[in-house]
Amino acid sequence: MTQGPVQNERAPVIEPGYTLGSVTDKISSIVLTRPTSNAWFVGFGVAFLLLMMLLFAIAYLFVKGIGIWGVNAPIGWGFAIVNFVWWIGIGHAGTLISAILLLLRQSWRNSINRFAEAMTLFAVASAGIFPLIHVGRPWLAYWLFPYPNTMRVWPQFRSPLVWDVFAVSTYATLSALFWFIGLIPDLATLRDRSEERWKKIIYGMLAMGWRGSARHWHRYETAYLLLAGLATPLVLSVHTVVSFDFAVGIVPGWHTTIFPPYFVAGAIYSGFAMVLMLAIPIRKVYNLEDFITERHLQNAAKVMLATGLIVAYGYVIEAFMGWYGGNRYDAFLLWNRLHGPYSFFYYMLLACNIVIPQVLWIPKLRSSPVWLFLVSGVVLVGMWLERFIIVVVSLHRDFLTSSWGMYYPTRWDWMTYIGTIGLFLSAMFLFVRLLPMISIFEMRTLLPEAEVKE
Amino acid sequence: MQIFHRSTNTLSRATIYGAIFVVAALFWAAAEIQRSPYVTYAGVRRPQPVPFSHQHHVAGLGIDCRYCHTSVETSSFAGIPPTKTCMNCHAQIWTNAALLEPVRESYKSGKSLVWTRVNDLPDFAYFNHSIHINKGVGCNTCHGPVDRMPLMYNQASLQMEWCLECHRAPEKHLRPRDQVFNMRYEEPSESKPVEVDGKPYTDQVSLGTDLVKKYKLRTVTDITSCSTCHR
Repeated sequence: MTQGPVQNERAPVIEPGYTLGSVTDKISSIVLTRPTSNAWFVGFGVAFLLLMMLLFAIAYLFVKGIGIWGVNAPIGWGFAIVNFVWWIGIGHAGTLISAILLLLRQSWRNSINRFAEAMTLFAVASAGIFPLIHVGRPWLAYWLFPYPNTMRVWPQFRSPLVWDVFAVSTYATLSALFWFIGLIPDLATLRDRSEERWKKIIYGMLAMGWRGSARHWHRYETAYLLLAGLATPLVLSVHTVVSFDFAVGIVPGWHTTIFPPYFVAGAIYSGFAMVLMLAIPIRKVYNLEDFITERHLQNAAKVMLATGLIVAYGYVIEAFMGWYGGNRYDAFLLWNRLHGPYSFFYYMLLACNIVIPQVLWIPKLRSSPVWLFLVSGVVLVGMWLERFIIVVVSLHRDFLTSSWGMYYPTRWDWMTYIGTIGLFLSAMFLFVRLLPMISIFEMRTLLPEAEVKE
Repeated sequence: MQIFHRSTNTLSRATIYGAIFVVAALFWAAAEIQRSPYVTYAGVRRPQPVPFSHQHHVAGLGIDCRYCHTSVETSSFAGIPPTKTCMNCHAQIWTNAALLEPVRESYKSGKSLVWTRVNDLPDFAYFNHSIHINKGVGCNTCHGPVDRMPLMYNQASLQMEWCLECHRAPEKHLRPRDQVFNMRYEEPSESKPVEVDGKPYTDQVSLGTDLVKKYKLRTVTDITSCSTCHR
């Protein structure tokens, strides 16, 4: 941190002095030999308690029905949809890092793609819970899928909610495959380095017979590239489809064509914020500053700046169209955001998503882990507020004055939301303990030793 | 040192490829079970307090459906006959039959016989007999050959896909109104044309298409709308 900003721009993606062996040692020892710290147990314990709270909240929901939530008429989409969009958005950074940056040959991705993909997977899992428990009769949630049923009724394919089912389930499947296939060579490394037989068997089964032969590598590269090609459009399409859930509706505040790009940018914005919030403590705790360097933090911060400005542009256009469009309902929506009962949250949103993140223009703050961590937290709050504003503020006062209402989340709403954070963190804790959180073999390709001499 | 035996290679390939077939088979089995008599009771004869034979009363004695199911033409419910209807005849014949003891007991005490309902639609589906009868849907189109059922069973699955099969193409099932209660009605064919208003029809679709107009059926869009049956 003593380096000036100019040198920081050229900070290496891996600190010098490592060899093929020492990279492998360092990453695999976290899983295999490093004793599990008390801090890990405390952290996992807290996350696990929150996860149990989620299960309790859902169990009670199943017993009582969604009346325990704050949703009502006219606000039929409350926390469940807010949280769903928030989590799905967070997942996007992982796919962007692992697929798009791979195709663009951005080698700095190699140190963060593994845990970013894991983050994607756990975020999608957290997101996926909400639509299922939101449907009211969750035991019939499989009706969302088209299958030859005895009712001879198919889902309404003209509804974006059905597109959502396909977008999210495709995304979850592909993310899981991509993550697992990328893990196979490292699982084989763990298998070979495990001392205990039961570890060898478990990692061995997961490694699926990987021997690292040239043919294996050839197939691996082909499969990985194909999956990256498949995942790339998903980075753009999934949140586009999620935005259609709103944009296809006619409610003021939803019915705008700017939603798809603005949602995708917002998704990547919040996703990188989550990547930073995870990477900063992880690199500190596991002494991985040599692998996740300032370069990574800087790059992530720059992506946040860029996507944050796209999001800001979206807000500006929304406000401009409210005025310029001349539609009284759109104009009222703008007025209601600025002066209505939820105006405090709108100003919070502007502060969190637009104003505060601009500090990242200052190179010194951009390279400070503490500042990055704080700004990322602010952005995550801001992006959550954005979905709250879109869902709740648009719905609570629409065309018909007589049906205006207010939305107040109940304790069950909060328990479910915070519970999914517990689910996400529990999974993250298990992940960093049981699997190599940085891709060992991809890190090795960054070493000078790995360069092929012509 | 090898952790896994050589056979693991084959085993893992077999399980991975096999999983596709196992999953497909599970879906297939689930779909089959859902449509089987195990779930729908189609074709399963149900025990009744008195082993009433439709075969005997309809085919053997020639009693019209409406003699017992009196409200079928005018009401949503076809009607289960009161014990008095049974006693119209059984006060005179088989007066000492042990089989009919519950009927006499019911007549004396005034407590209804508790039959096991066979054609039982779920309560969230609104069904009206009279509209079907008046638009030319034959009794046995849905209930099957009741005149050959010694003990009652439901012919159809009564699942929504079965309802929709007709609601989406009513012309394939309609018959002239005067044939609705005819248990031995046959669809028009080259050898046995069906005559309506002096015009002979030799195939079901042309007959049905004309009956749809003649009986002023609502459009398919109307009769397949959710709220037609789920009110």
